[in-house]
Amino acid sequence: MLHTINKSPFDRNSLASCLRTAPDGGAILFIEDGVYATAKGTTFSGDVEGALKNQKVFVLGPDLAARGIAEDKLIDGISVVDYSGFVDLVEEFGTVQSWL
Amino acid sequence: MEDTETMFDTEGVTKNFMFLNRKAPYGTIYAQEVLELVLISAAFEQNAAIVFMDDGVYQIVKGHDPSVSGMKNFSPTYKVVEMEKEDAEEDEDIDMVWKIIVEKESMEARGLSTDDFIINVEVLGSQELSALMAEQDVVFGG
Repeated sequence: MLHTINKSPFDRNSLASCLRTAPDGGAILFIEDGVYATAKGTTFSGDVEGALKNQKVFVLGPDLAARGIAEDKLIDGISVVDYSGFVDLVEEFGTVQSWL
Repeated sequence: MEDTETMFDTEGVTKNFMFLNRKAPYGTIYAQEVLELVLISAAFEQNAAIVFMDDGVYQIVKGHDPSVSGMKNFSPTYKVVEMEKEDAEEDEDIDMVWKIIVEKESMEARGLSTDDFIINVEVLGSQELSALMAEQDVVFGG
């Protein structure tokens, strides 16, 4: 199962709801304002690090670039994908839940 | 009906405006709308406190490049806001006072420091920000 999160964790509770309920062995893809959750040193970094134990975690590169988040600021273990990588994830993981 | 010149005559009238930027820059249109308001207020020489709190602090982070997503990088426009502030400080003929403020708690929760911003800011804790808010005539939130 693939989960996409497009809201900032500081603004909405979609990250928290996703992490609370997502079955193990799936993938989480951060897009749009959701990408702010992937930076090191925020109050949510620990939650995302915890998720990495049970899920693969991805972030959309163009949305990082737009917001000035350099890849060296990302939490270790998160993979950056481009738009075609997004499509590949949808194909690989089948069911998609968009946490809006 | 009054002519437009009379309607917009603000000579001798100075009010305190606060612009409360609370949204991240590209996910919604709020940030651009508030920035437009700030620039308009400069034309009327009003006092302005431009505040970045919550996800609004991301608006002035260095290194935005939204071109791949087909959006415009509007963060350099904040340099214009900074210039307006400096002009107001240096020019004796300009009475307006501008402040550019980041709320400390919002900055620290996001792992950011003043070095991460494209403009010079004054960092205020929420209590100090609260006191400043109490001095305002008008607060625009976005």
